[in-house]
Amino acid sequence: MMQTGRRLCDHEPPVQPHARWVRISHWIATVSLMTLAFSGVVILMAHPRLYWGEAGNDLTPALMELPISRNYKHGGWEKPTPFFQSGSGPSSASRTYDIFNQNGWGRSLHFVAAWWLVLPGAVYLLAGIFGGHFRSHIWPKARDLAPQLVWRDVVNHLRLRIPPGSGGPRYGLLQKCAYSLVVFVAAPLIVVTGLTMSPAVTAAFPFLLRLSGGYQSARTIHFFSFVALLAFVLVHVVMVVKSGFRRQIRAMTVGE
Amino acid sequence: MKTTGLITRRRAIITGLASAGGLLLARYPKGLPPTYGNLLRMGDTFTYAAHRALLPGQSLVREYSDADITSFPATGTVNPGVSEKSALGDAYRLLQSGAFSSWRLSVEGRVATPRTFSLAELKQLPSRTQITRHTCEEGWTAIGQWTGVPLSLVLHAAGALPTARFVVFHSYDDWVDSIDMLDALHPQTMLAYGMNGRDLPLPHGAPVRLRVERQLGYKSMKYLHRIVVTDEFDDGGKKGNIQNGWAWYTGI
Repeated sequence: MMQTGRRLCDHEPPVQPHARWVRISHWIATVSLMTLAFSGVVILMAHPRLYWGEAGNDLTPALMELPISRNYKHGGWEKPTPFFQSGSGPSSASRTYDIFNQNGWGRSLHFVAAWWLVLPGAVYLLAGIFGGHFRSHIWPKARDLAPQLVWRDVVNHLRLRIPPGSGGPRYGLLQKCAYSLVVFVAAPLIVVTGLTMSPAVTAAFPFLLRLSGGYQSARTIHFFSFVALLAFVLVHVVMVVKSGFRRQIRAMTVGE
Repeated sequence: MKTTGLITRRRAIITGLASAGGLLLARYPKGLPPTYGNLLRMGDTFTYAAHRALLPGQSLVREYSDADITSFPATGTVNPGVSEKSALGDAYRLLQSGAFSSWRLSVEGRVATPRTFSLAELKQLPSRTQITRHTCEEGWTAIGQWTGVPLSLVLHAAGALPTARFVVFHSYDDWVDSIDMLDALHPQTMLAYGMNGRDLPLPHGAPVRLRVERQLGYKSMKYLHRIVVTDEFDDGGKKGNIQNGWAWYTGI
């Protein structure tokens, strides 16, 4: 194995190539996440308004409106009719226009891709936990998290001083933190909030709605988890390029 | 109703895996929606089989209090008398002019005694009132109070046969959709004639709409006029979800 400019200390594990199951998981996740991102944005375009709590619609105030389709701030509604005598409470209104809506294929594609994230993802998590991959390669060690070490790695990254890739573990400090946040926080969060948007799943497991604070809260968290994962992917690709694109791609495909 | 009409756990797993594996070309299992070889519809069917295999049968959706009721958009068809140029639209206008007193819901197919129900007859059956969340595929939600008769009581009154697997609904806005027996017999699945303490408003499906609380809003069909109990899957043809590119099962 070729060592390019990385010193090995005695007490650290040697640099290893990516295991085959890690490489396979990586590319399944890549295709699945890209498909989920694409179909997810298509779904969001049908109703680009985010809310907090259980309920939210065009007749209630939004947390934020995203300018991503012609449905953005569309006014085409008949005059609202109040449901109750008082006249000031909840009302009904009929929509007068055809919205942008590609959810027929958008939703189904999203769920096909979601199965490819959830099922191989579960296998990956089990293999990572019981095979020791997470403990030895992914989870940052407490003694590495000393402030001066973290600071040095942050400064190196900000100055884009990225050492040439080793083609596998062991990973840098911020690298481990980023992978840990993705594997143990963002990915589980996006899956759980996704499931919370299923009326059949929350009928069976009502605690999911209490966990996020309601359907629309889950939808909003789902969206921001996506934004976080998107930010990770962008930084990840920049790091791959800066640390030697050809070698890193070879390492994650043929595995050397 | 006997359990033979329901999809069993083992059957759901086996047929789900078979359809996902592309084995459906050889012999498509009864009791699952057809996919017509479409990858997206295979995914829908896999999700349906997984839900039926893994989720408990008749758990209830969350119910809310009066204070939780929100404003409620009316989308899709908001008046079949205006939007439907067919005979159905004419028939609906006639019913509407008579305050739906001549409206009849036909219950037919695999039932011991095919019959019709007037609005008054439906209201004579034991009623149920529930405040639930309507979840639209577009992404919005609204909370409303529904009063109606549980579908299971109507099926029982007509004597649905033990071999029955699906209940198919036909509406005045010319749509055909169906649910399986598990959802049809769910305690919160109802034929609703009241909303927020009043008669069901026209834009929300007057005189009677379906409520299928464990699926998305578009399964809760408005403007009902016919219910057909079947042993085999009916995709509704050109008036159904699947041939229009939409998932049949929308518990997700």
